[in-house]
Amino acid sequence: MSADRRARPAAVEVRGAVKAFGAHTVLDGIDLTVEPGTVTVIVGPSGSGKSTLLRAINHLEKLDQGCVSVNGELIGVREQGDRLKELPERAILAQRRRIGFVFQNFNLFPHLTAVENVAEAPVATGAATRTEALERARSLLAAVGLADKEGAYPRHLSGGQQQRVAIARALAQHPEVILFDEPTSALDPELVGEVLSVIKDLAGTGTTLIIVTHEIAFAREVADEVVFLDGGRIVERGAPSQVLDRPRHTRTREFLSKVL
Amino acid sequence: MSSPAHTNVSPADASFEPPAAPAARPVIPLRHPGRWVATAAVLVVLAQVVHGLVTNPFYQWDRFAYWFWQPVVLDGLLITLHVTAVSAVLALVGGTALALARSSRNPVLRAVSWAYTWLFRSTPLIVLLLFLYNFSALYQTLSLGVPFGPAFVTFGVTALASETVIGILGLTLHESAYAAEIVRAGILSVDQGQHEAAAALGIPRHRRFRRIVLPQALRSIVPNYVNLLIGLVKSTSLVFYVSLLDLFGTVQSLGSTYPGDIVPLLLVATAWYVILTSAVSVVQHYVERRFARGAVRTPPPTPLQRLRGGFADLRARVAVRR
Repeated sequence: MSADRRARPAAVEVRGAVKAFGAHTVLDGIDLTVEPGTVTVIVGPSGSGKSTLLRAINHLEKLDQGCVSVNGELIGVREQGDRLKELPERAILAQRRRIGFVFQNFNLFPHLTAVENVAEAPVATGAATRTEALERARSLLAAVGLADKEGAYPRHLSGGQQQRVAIARALAQHPEVILFDEPTSALDPELVGEVLSVIKDLAGTGTTLIIVTHEIAFAREVADEVVFLDGGRIVERGAPSQVLDRPRHTRTREFLSKVL
Repeated sequence: MSSPAHTNVSPADASFEPPAAPAARPVIPLRHPGRWVATAAVLVVLAQVVHGLVTNPFYQWDRFAYWFWQPVVLDGLLITLHVTAVSAVLALVGGTALALARSSRNPVLRAVSWAYTWLFRSTPLIVLLLFLYNFSALYQTLSLGVPFGPAFVTFGVTALASETVIGILGLTLHESAYAAEIVRAGILSVDQGQHEAAAALGIPRHRRFRRIVLPQALRSIVPNYVNLLIGLVKSTSLVFYVSLLDLFGTVQSLGSTYPGDIVPLLLVATAWYVILTSAVSVVQHYVERRFARGAVRTPPPTPLQRLRGGFADLRARVAVRR
């Protein structure tokens, strides 16, 4: 079992990630390994670098130092001797198709209906014909409980419904990893549950999930590992029962006492 | 909530009985007598204006009717339409190219685009047209080839530059500068999250522009571009100065031949320009409806729907009064 595991590369591996905006260092040397099929929840105060780390994984943010690999393949760069060289845009776009991303503000395309939003990327990238993509989009919308909303424009949907469409859209390209950037932070409290339950359904289906969230109860329920980030560094990480219930660091304890 | 008078009322014993609601009775809308007075005053002034227009012999409405359908005037109208249509399309293409260059990551493209807009927005259209008209005196030939090297093709400028070409070229160069800013503003109006979402999905750059950014940008581009277009319809009257007999040019030259008919001729030109710009506005309405998809909860009503709605509203009010 353990030998088998070693042969299989990590779903996501971040090595020595450093990123600064001007004089402000947002990521200050992050190392993170995420095993395939697991759920990792990243928590931490605002400005701790959670979103930047997530965005670095699908190369929406370029790292100053360090690198990210998904299932053993470097993202956004290639090795040339002992240096890393940025890949051409087409190659980066192809890699991003393997990594789903769900935004805090949904970012659905407002001029396309729900089903068109989901089908757009597979058609755009030539992965599927329009008919195939629409068919798959309908079944994905049904899977997130929106079978009756396929013709609705985002404006006509509630925040929770929009975020569920966004999740279906991320799933449309069969991603190996899905990144969630505070998926429920823009929602009214009574709509949070429906989005979290869709994410919960995804956990354990074999897709690797990395979730930035402030929903501690949710983290306790679904996470295989919780990572606490502060000041661009990983302060502590481990099983939810350990990090959330018996934190070793004062900073983790302070943070949890504020959000719980 | 807690005004000083009520400080001794704690929220806990706020379970008082509200006063009994009056039985359901229809609410009669407030009357607005001032509105009726203003309406009457405006209608009287309007009637006087119309009366003056109709009865003043100076306008010579019989001559207006005569000139309105004259083939020579309609020929001028055709030239106006032709020049407007071609330069409107070319200006939109040029403007889009300039806007894309302006937002590109290449500093040379950005600078050239900025300089173009700066130069052509600063030049009066009439100056530009007259300059182009005299262009053949400055450059006898134009060549395609390697700069400072051999030329592959050479054109005689005089042969190329008909009045129509000069007119269209001048208008296109001028309007492109304005169109560039309109298209750029439209692209900037699209939320950054849209670019990011498309990039995160791995959608190729050209498709991202065509399918995600442009349709949303058009919501702000269309009204502004139509505004430009309406200006363009009237700006075409300046091509008269490069000897192109458009609607205005025709009327102007007819006016010198028939000096007694100058006023009705100007009215003919005015009427045709009003008809053209009105047609543009009607098209604008439907184009805007098309691009409003998903952006507003209910699309704006068509003029016909609005008219019907107005009548229904009036009937309902009268019914309430009875």
